[in-house]
Amino acid sequence: MPRLSAWMLRAALVALAVGSLLGAGMLAAPGGGVVRWRPLHAELMLVGWMVQFALGTAFWILPRFRQGAERGREGPGWLAFALLNLGALLAGVGGSVAGPGGWTLAGRTAELLAVAALAAQAWPRVKPFGQAGRAA
Amino acid sequence: MPTLTRWMVKTALGWLVAGLVLGVAMQLPLAARVPALAAVWPTYIHLLVVGWLTQLVFGVAFWLFPRYSAERPRGSERLGWAVYALVNAALLLRLGAEPFRAWAVVRPALALSALLHLAAVGLFIANTWPRLKPRGQSG
Repeated sequence: MPRLSAWMLRAALVALAVGSLLGAGMLAAPGGGVVRWRPLHAELMLVGWMVQFALGTAFWILPRFRQGAERGREGPGWLAFALLNLGALLAGVGGSVAGPGGWTLAGRTAELLAVAALAAQAWPRVKPFGQAGRAA
Repeated sequence: MPTLTRWMVKTALGWLVAGLVLGVAMQLPLAARVPALAAVWPTYIHLLVVGWLTQLVFGVAFWLFPRYSAERPRGSERLGWAVYALVNAALLLRLGAEPFRAWAVVRPALALSALLHLAAVGLFIANTWPRLKPRGQSG
């Protein structure tokens, strides 16, 4: 498993743990203060866990290139990894706390950029059998 | 495909169907007059996201992730079955109790469901984390 995938999958498990902790708190005490963290719970479970897990696995398991770097350049992938996690936190906290405006917008923008970078990297690896392809 | 994965994938498909049935039920004209159906939206979302998607991921990860060791390629099979039992017990309890969450009597059942779900997630992470090894790093 490439290092980037291992880190993305570990971060996805951390998001699953924290998101589940918040969710369990809301389920067990529906009238409690933890309910205000519902946007963070949703962001961590959907983006931090599901999306990150799928993209991390895709980077590992999609067909590799026969020439050049076998999974393409890792640099943009690492930047996307950072942006995706920062974005999920910003958007989730921004939706949960009456803090400075624009956190949710900044978070969602970071998520969009991260997913666009990872999708662009995965795109040429989605190819029929026998097609060699080359790393960009 | 390991037996545990087959059970998880088939049960996940069962929850997908159950979630979609609930989705249809919520849209029936009768639904507005049944308080339990009006309160079922969070249950519907969790049947799809936890029962279907998350359980499918758990089952496939148990099957396909890098080996833990030559002797125990998938880590602890027992922990895997415990995750299966806990996540599905948590969902069944939630499905039975959440539509009636306005009644104080079901709150302990919801709290227990939350605990079972947390335990399932904790055990899944404990069993999966050591298998996430970057290339060249032995277990």
